[in-house]
Amino acid sequence: MTRYVLGRLVSLILSLAVASVVIFSVVEIVPGDPAAYMLGINARPDTLQALRVELGLDAPVQERYVAWVAGMVQGDFGISYTYRTPIAAMIADRVWVSLPLALYALTLSVLIAFPAGVFAASRRGRLGDLGVMGSTQIGVAIPNFWFAMILVMIFAIKLRWFPAGGFAGWDKGLFAGLKSLTLPAFALALPQAAILTRVMRSSLLDMLGEDFIRTARAKGLSRRQALWRHALRNALIPVLTIIGLQFSFLLAGGIVIEQVFFLPGLGRMIFQAISARDLVVVESVVMLLVFLVIMVNFVVDLAYGAVDPRLRTAR
Amino acid sequence: MNKFVTLALAGATAAFASAAYAQHTDIRVAMQLEPPNLDPTGGAAQAIDSVVYSNIFEGLTRFMSDGSVVPGLAKSWEISEDGTIYTFHLHEGVKFHDGTTMDAEDVKFSLDRARAEGSTNAQKGLFSGITDVTVVDPLTVQVTLKAANGSFLFNMAWGDAVIVAPESIADIASKPIGTGAFKFDNWVQGDHLTLVKNPDYWGTPAALETATFRFISDPTAAFAAMMAEDIDVYVGFPAPENLPQFESDPRFQVLVGNSEGETILAMNNKLPPFDNKLVREAVAHAIDRKAVIDGAMYGLGTPIGTHFAPHNPDYVDLTALSGYDPELSKKLLAEAGFPDGFTTTLKLPPPSYARRGGEIIAAELRAVGINAEIENQEWAQWLETTFKGKDFGMTIVSHTEPMDIGIYANPDYYFQYDNPAFQELMKTLEATTDPAKRSELLKQAQQIIAEDYVNAYLFELAVPTVARAGITGLWLNQPTAAIDLTGVTWP
Repeated sequence: MTRYVLGRLVSLILSLAVASVVIFSVVEIVPGDPAAYMLGINARPDTLQALRVELGLDAPVQERYVAWVAGMVQGDFGISYTYRTPIAAMIADRVWVSLPLALYALTLSVLIAFPAGVFAASRRGRLGDLGVMGSTQIGVAIPNFWFAMILVMIFAIKLRWFPAGGFAGWDKGLFAGLKSLTLPAFALALPQAAILTRVMRSSLLDMLGEDFIRTARAKGLSRRQALWRHALRNALIPVLTIIGLQFSFLLAGGIVIEQVFFLPGLGRMIFQAISARDLVVVESVVMLLVFLVIMVNFVVDLAYGAVDPRLRTAR
Repeated sequence: MNKFVTLALAGATAAFASAAYAQHTDIRVAMQLEPPNLDPTGGAAQAIDSVVYSNIFEGLTRFMSDGSVVPGLAKSWEISEDGTIYTFHLHEGVKFHDGTTMDAEDVKFSLDRARAEGSTNAQKGLFSGITDVTVVDPLTVQVTLKAANGSFLFNMAWGDAVIVAPESIADIASKPIGTGAFKFDNWVQGDHLTLVKNPDYWGTPAALETATFRFISDPTAAFAAMMAEDIDVYVGFPAPENLPQFESDPRFQVLVGNSEGETILAMNNKLPPFDNKLVREAVAHAIDRKAVIDGAMYGLGTPIGTHFAPHNPDYVDLTALSGYDPELSKKLLAEAGFPDGFTTTLKLPPPSYARRGGEIIAAELRAVGINAEIENQEWAQWLETTFKGKDFGMTIVSHTEPMDIGIYANPDYYFQYDNPAFQELMKTLEATTDPAKRSELLKQAQQIIAEDYVNAYLFELAVPTVARAGITGLWLNQPTAAIDLTGVTWP
C-alpha cells in the first residue's frame, strides 16, 4: 500500500510540475505587454521601462518562473499587476461567489433530473417519457447564455422578482445572496439537468434489464416496486460519476454566465485578467484549478486503491 | 377600526415616501470597464478617470463638460510676460479626505512626482516642459517652464495631473485620498465601488449622499440592468441599437454627447504601398463615412475630415477632401501603379466601432480592388504588435486623448508619418500663447494632415448616456473620461 501511495504521489508532483511549465510558457508566449496595456498609447518608453521594473517584468523568464513557483509553494500567489493587491486575497473573495453558484446550480440540476429521469424510465415509450426526452433535447441544445437572457427578460425586467445581475454580497444576508444567484444558477443548471436526466433514465433502464430485477419481478414485485427498491440504488453509480464531472465543469465553466450576470466570480476574474494581460493572475488561477483537479484525481486514486486490492499490487 | 386603518395607511405612506426620498440621494452608475486600480496618476485606463475625476481627485485646473478649462484647486493665476512662469494661487481651507490640509507643498509634490525619473505617469509628456516647481507660501506655488507652452493650463486639467498628498500616496491605487466632493468608501473588486459625500468639501457640496459604480461590459446585460431599473445611469452605453427603445420609454432619458475620440482608419505610412500618397488618397475616397456611421454605430457619430474634434472652435471641416468616390479611388490606384488593387492587413481591436466598422470598410475597399484581410486582436495584442511593433497595413482605432494632433509630429508613432514641415509647425504652436495665432496654426495643421491623407478620418466617437428621467447635472460630452457626479441631482 505504501508503495502504491508513493507511486501516486510521485505522479501527482510530476503532473503539477509539467502543468506549471505549460501554463507559464503558454501565458508568456501570448503577445501583449502588461505594462503597455496599463499605460496606453501615449506612454513614453522611459515610463514603460520604469513600470516594467516596478512590476518585476524586466527579470529573465527563468528567474520569474522560479520566483512564481517558489511563491506558490509557500501559498503566496504574488501581486496582481493591474489591481496591485495580493492574488490570494482576490481568489479568496471570488471563490465565495463561484463555489456557492456551482453548488446551487448542481443542487437545482439534481432536483430537476432525479424525478424527471425516474419518471421517464418508469414510463418508457409512453407519452410522459417522450415529453421528458423531448424537453431534455431542447435543454441540451439551448446555450446557457441565451437561456440566461430569456430568464432576465421574464424574471428581472417583466416581473422584477430578481435583479438582472450583480451580486448583493453575503454580508446582506443569506437570502439576498441566494436571490442574486438564483437566475444564474438556473441558467447554468438547465443544460446540466437535461444531460443528467438522460443519464438517469438510461442508467435506470439498463438496471431494469438486469437479472436481479427479473428475480425481483418473479418474487411478485410490480415493475414500479422493483424500480424503486432495487434498480434505483444501483443506477445511481454512473449518475454520481456524471455529477462529479459536472461540478468541476460548473466551477470552472461559469465564465460566460458570470459575464452575462456581471457576477464577481473566478470566471470573470480570469476573463478580465486575460484581456488586461494580468499574467500572474491568469497563471495563478489556472494553476489553482489544475491543482484542485489533480488533487481530486489523487484522492480518487487512493480511494480506488483502498476499495480494490488488485490496484495496490499492480506494477 | 377605521381609525386604525387610516393610521396604518398613513404610516405606510410615510414609510414609502421616506424610502423614495432616501433613494433620491443615492445613485447607481454603470460603465463598461472596471478600473484596474484607482490611481489616475499611474495608468492610462480611462475607467480610472471615469470614477475618480472631479469626484475624488482635483487638479489645479479642470475640464467642464463643454471642454473648457476652468480654475480647480487654483482659484487664480498669473503668467509671466514671456509665458514661462505660472504663479498659482490656491483656494484656502482645502482638506484632503484624511483631514490633512492641501497646500502648495502638495502641489509641488504632485508635479515633481509626475515628472520625476522613474515616474509611471502614463501622460508624462504633459509635465515634460516643467523645469522647476517652487513653494512661495502655503497658498502660492510657482511653476517654471523651459519655454512658453500655450497648452499648459489645459495640460494641468488632465486626470493625470491631479493633486495628491505624500502621506497617502502608498495606498493610492486601492485607497484614493483626494480633495473632491466625494470620498472613496469601498470597492468589491469585480462587482461594485462606492463613493460617499465629503461633508467637509471646500466648494459647493454634492447633492448626492452615495454613488455606486457597477461594471457591465456585456451589451445585453447592460440593457437588462437598465430596463430592470437595477441602475440609474449608464455612461457609454454599449448597445446603440437599443437607444431608440430607451428614448421612447418615459422612464428614461438618452443623452448623446461628443467624446474626444477621433476614430480613424490608420495606415502604415512607411509600409508599401501606403508610402505612396496616391494609395492613401485612394483608400480615403473608397470609404463611405455615412455607411460606416450608420452601419457600425447606428447613426451615432459626426463625420470628420481631419484629426480634430468637430466641437472644437478651431475645427475645420475638411470632409470634402476625402468624399466618397469609388471611381476616383480606382483611378488613383491605377495612377499609383495598382490597377488591379493589392492585398493588405486590417487589424481590429475589440471595440465595436472597429469590429463592426472594419467589416463595412473591408467591403468598401474590396469594391475598389483593395483586399483587406481582417485580423481581430485583443487590446494587449494590438498594443504589442500593431501599435508598438508597427506590424500592420491598416487598423481602426479611436484616439480619445483631447487635442492630440501633436502625435502627427512624431515620426516614430505607429502610423509613421514623417513630415518635417508639420513637425516645425507643431514646435511653433507649442511656443505660441496668443490665442488667435494658435487657432491659425491649429487650422493649418489640420489642413496639412488632411491633404497628405496620412490616415482615413472616419468620425468623432459619440458617447451615449442612458439615465432615469429627471436626473440632471450629468456631463453631456466627454472632454476627458469622467463621470462627474458633483452636480448631479434627482428631481
